[in-house]
Amino acid sequence: MSDDAGTDALARTPLFMEHRALGATLVPFAGYAMPVRYPAGIMAEHTHTRSAAGLFDVSHMGQLRLTGDGAVAALERLVPGDIASLAPWAMRYTQFTNEDGGILDDLLVTRSDDGLILVVNASCKDSDIAHLERRLDAGVDLTVLADRGLVALQGPKAAAVLERHAPGCAWLSFMTAGWFTIGGVDALISRSGYTGEDGFEVSLPANETAAFWRRLIAEPEVEPVGLGARDSLRLEAGLCLYGHDIDETTSPVQAGLAWSIGKRRRQEGGFPGAPRIQHELAEGPRRRRVGILPDGRAPAREGTAILNADGDEIGIVTSGGFGPTAGGPVAMGYVAADAAETGRPVSLLVRGKPRPATIVKLPFVPHNYHRG
Amino acid sequence: MSGLKYSKDHEWVRVEGDIGTVGISDYAQDQLGDVVYVELPEVGRTVAQNEEAAVVESVKAASEVYAPVSGEVVEVNQVLEDDPALVNGEPTGAGWFLKLRLSAPGELDGLMDEAAYADYVSGLGDD
Repeated sequence: MSDDAGTDALARTPLFMEHRALGATLVPFAGYAMPVRYPAGIMAEHTHTRSAAGLFDVSHMGQLRLTGDGAVAALERLVPGDIASLAPWAMRYTQFTNEDGGILDDLLVTRSDDGLILVVNASCKDSDIAHLERRLDAGVDLTVLADRGLVALQGPKAAAVLERHAPGCAWLSFMTAGWFTIGGVDALISRSGYTGEDGFEVSLPANETAAFWRRLIAEPEVEPVGLGARDSLRLEAGLCLYGHDIDETTSPVQAGLAWSIGKRRRQEGGFPGAPRIQHELAEGPRRRRVGILPDGRAPAREGTAILNADGDEIGIVTSGGFGPTAGGPVAMGYVAADAAETGRPVSLLVRGKPRPATIVKLPFVPHNYHRG
Repeated sequence: MSGLKYSKDHEWVRVEGDIGTVGISDYAQDQLGDVVYVELPEVGRTVAQNEEAAVVESVKAASEVYAPVSGEVVEVNQVLEDDPALVNGEPTGAGWFLKLRLSAPGELDGLMDEAAYADYVSGLGDD
């Protein structure tokens, strides 16, 4: 029996053979053959990440470098985040916006010695690269770091484990990064991730990534985790998944990401869609992303209609499923701004039946970041 | 008493008298992964062969469970509402979904026995 039926034509990360050796179920994702789960299963992988340390292959994501004197100013013309105020080796979450204030992609930006390092979504990286090439000034150089792998180690034991391999990394605080040496190999380590847990992302040369992965897999606290649990972890943490919770039709303000727009940028604008985003910051958006807690046991999936007490449709679920740590179904979605207050009862139309639910604050599981 | 008969959609039925007990196969539960919710039909409902009779949800997705044979629902496994993981643990035993009073027992002849189903599954990829 083939373990990867239908994935032969897909791109492979440097860890493809590791996934096969671990018995992963491989699926197509953003053009790559990626592990959706390992034999332990999504539930066990999820709870292991919350209680110990989960190891994720995120090598499919785009790693880009911007260099040149104008790199900071050039990127600020494409994102609403405050990049200029980033201290060396500090990181910021921001979005590429379009002229309508919609989101083209969300990304992490790190200030390095000689410029900026960007990590973008796998599904958007080709369009992000084209967007950057079109919009960057002469004198700003874009380098696609296609020859690097990226591995995330997430969970309360992540720091203790990684410290054994990259001494000093445990001193990083949340959203900072630095270069470390792991087994003689230079690795860029950031204290970041997308599970709501403390953890790290480690970027290293593609041909060294598998050896590093095996070192971590050999640690007693570490288990491999696939895309299935990555999704349930970030949903419980209230984090947006591009193409689902955010896209070109949603603005950062609607999505509850206004915290990522610095004060100077709010005042000065100078990014695509600034008039709409500044208007929404001042007047409030027409709809908002909210957490939704179904009352019963039935999960409400993406696309489920959200109804008010009169049975009128007031919104839609954009991510929904079962939260292993929450111990029941959890969802997020958009509702009309006047219906977005915490505690409001709504109903969810699942398989034609309205089922009770409540608007709740995100996240469903508290963040456990290392603020240092 | 006969063994299990399987459909191509990975449901099984075990017939005793005119009552068929229905569930999903071990292969199906393994493909689904951790089952977190099961929605069962109302007792008294009549279902046709290959009609959707129940819903099974894993962490990742919802899937339909089709009736492998036609009949009237006479009992559902209410234990699954509190313990849906039984579908993973004992798919062909305590993790059964529903019982049907068969209305067209001849349909059983079109289903696979254990050996034929094992052959059928070995011809499928994991995905």
